[in-house]
Amino acid sequence: MRFERKDLLGLENLTADEINLILETAVSMKELFTRSVKKVPTLRGKTVVILFYEPSTRTRVSFELAAKRLSADTVNISSSSSSVAKGESIIDTVKTIEALGADFIVIRHPSSGAPHLISNRISSSIINAGDGMHEHPTQALLDLFSIKEKKGRIAGLKVGIVGDISHSRVARSNIWGLKKLGAEVFLIGPPTLIPRDAETLGVKVYYRLEKIIKKLDVINILRIQRERQKDQLLPSMEEYNSIFGVSLSRLEKARNDLVIMHPGPMNRGIEVTSPVADSKNAIINEQVKNGVAVRMAVLYLLAGGKNENIA
Amino acid sequence: MKILLKGGRVVDPSRNFSKVADVLIENGKIKKIAADINEKARTFKVGGLVVCPGLIDIHVHLREPGREDEETIATGTRAAAKGGFTTVCAMPNTNPAVDSVSGVKYILMTAAESGIVRVLPYGAITKGRRGEELTEIGKMKKAGIVGISDDGTSVMNARVMRRAMEYSKMFDIPVVSHCEDLNLSAGGVMNEGRTSTILGLRGIPPQAEEVMVARDIALAELTGARLHLAHITTKRSVALVREAKKRKIKVTAEATPHHLFFTDKFVEEYNTNAKVNPPLRSEEDRVALMEGLRDGTIDCVASDHAPHLDTEKNKEFDFAPFGVIGLETALPVVITALVKKKKLSLMDVISKMSTRPAEIIGGHDLGKLVIGGVADITVIDLNKKKKITSDFFVSKSANSPFIGKNLSGFAVLTIFGGKVVFRDL
Repeated sequence: MRFERKDLLGLENLTADEINLILETAVSMKELFTRSVKKVPTLRGKTVVILFYEPSTRTRVSFELAAKRLSADTVNISSSSSSVAKGESIIDTVKTIEALGADFIVIRHPSSGAPHLISNRISSSIINAGDGMHEHPTQALLDLFSIKEKKGRIAGLKVGIVGDISHSRVARSNIWGLKKLGAEVFLIGPPTLIPRDAETLGVKVYYRLEKIIKKLDVINILRIQRERQKDQLLPSMEEYNSIFGVSLSRLEKARNDLVIMHPGPMNRGIEVTSPVADSKNAIINEQVKNGVAVRMAVLYLLAGGKNENIA
Repeated sequence: MKILLKGGRVVDPSRNFSKVADVLIENGKIKKIAADINEKARTFKVGGLVVCPGLIDIHVHLREPGREDEETIATGTRAAAKGGFTTVCAMPNTNPAVDSVSGVKYILMTAAESGIVRVLPYGAITKGRRGEELTEIGKMKKAGIVGISDDGTSVMNARVMRRAMEYSKMFDIPVVSHCEDLNLSAGGVMNEGRTSTILGLRGIPPQAEEVMVARDIALAELTGARLHLAHITTKRSVALVREAKKRKIKVTAEATPHHLFFTDKFVEEYNTNAKVNPPLRSEEDRVALMEGLRDGTIDCVASDHAPHLDTEKNKEFDFAPFGVIGLETALPVVITALVKKKKLSLMDVISKMSTRPAEIIGGHDLGKLVIGGVADITVIDLNKKKKITSDFFVSKSANSPFIGKNLSGFAVLTIFGGKVVFRDL
């Protein structure tokens, strides 16, 4: 099976088959990590431009390593979002990058929909590395991969996502991906940080972790940002921690095999305590490793590769 | 100079008149309406077409002065003429704002020099539209304003709004309110709902409009002033206006063609020509607007014509400006969405796009066909069909959500003061 798309803009419009194809391809990619030479020539001669309008370390490095392990040439461009607001047109920027010969543009942007704006204006493949509060498809794919690796399946699992759902592109992509693969999704957080219409997406909303923790197979803890306090969405970080902070005592009634995830970077002591983040149930570092494999799979499939013939 | 319109269906909602008749125009006035007028004149055969009072759009942004790159009074009035409008009311949120006699005179003089239809200006409610100090409403009224509005924003201070309404009473002009609680809408770029949740765009809840509709109705009750609500969009706003009218509060309301045609689903794929303020709402709201028009709760249709350049609209959704143009598509949209679908009669449409708007702005002999009255006349071909493309427009901007749509029912002849200002027959 081939992946018949030019771009990866989000998981909302992917089919379960397409998501599974990416996850299966990522398994083969991860096997390469155990070899002494971790590099394959699959994308030799291809150019991957990593265009980030928001500061990021882990996602940017993860994409860069993924591209390099497939032998593509990589270029990093960072642009502050302020220069965008000043009138520099993103369309002109990407047309320039296309003219320079980019086969892929990996874009992160603070504004929802920015990858869509450019996708039908240029022929390079666009990979959304996070747009505003919309989607972060490769993060959700690596989360799915990590859950499947640990649990052997996605279908039928009960997955809780805790924290600031409203502003989270990770949450949105996870909701689509998990639902498509048959998981049950629970959103947990204060009403100010959960969209009013969230349940129309086919998820269940809880305002208390205690009410649902017993049932969960997986808990994905989102980073909570200090700005939310300024926007009157939270009275204080401390109060958030006192109600939603994931601590050992709050996990007392949880299943022994609860899988604990976090997309990083963590605010230890705010949304998660160190004993939880460092517990044997946490797979936070494995998520990072899987991110490279998943992003390799995405680049490979968008380049027209087939699952069965990775070098 | 005489013009004879032969054989059209003459429709005048002001006296519930609808008959096949000829109309003779002489020296800019309507001379005669009768069967079989035989007179040497420039004659248009309009058999099968509708002849009605010139359409009136009481909510347009002509962008002059300040943003002549987007639109000018010259181009905006040409767009109006093409859309069948003989009178447009220009909102004062130009740069600088029309908040003084000199601003009013500038609009009227420029319109006299370069406009091809009547331009009636609104004056700002507050100086610089800052919501703080009242403008010299009396002097501006003497200079020619037909109402006051801080359109584009709400007067957030209820006490200032109260004083504006109280004071304006002695001039018998409407206070036109853009209803938006700016604290509730802050940061929002589209309707708050399922679609905004999916797209990850910040939402503007319907309540941002409704709390201001409720407040301004309460102030109209308190002051006895004439309140006109610009572009209402929600089911609850319609209900509030309906109830206020029942209680004899002096309130009128308008709806835009785009809110009658689209819902917030149209924002999908981050279409910036679906970015308007107030935002496109839900299907339930859209249905309530149609019902409000039908039962008379909503008095008129106004385009909120808001030109923006491609370079401004071809941006990230968050950074694109709010607004769409509407003068050239308002009539066909209303005919396509409401008349063809039997939601509204032709008589109702002409009432809501000519007769009622004239009454709201106090335009005494406008919006009707009377012997000796000014010859502002629009001829409509209900069956003319067009697919709207970006080169359809004579407006300086082409930010229309109707590009790609098939519409029917276009103005084919627009006569302003006895002069043909647009012709497509």
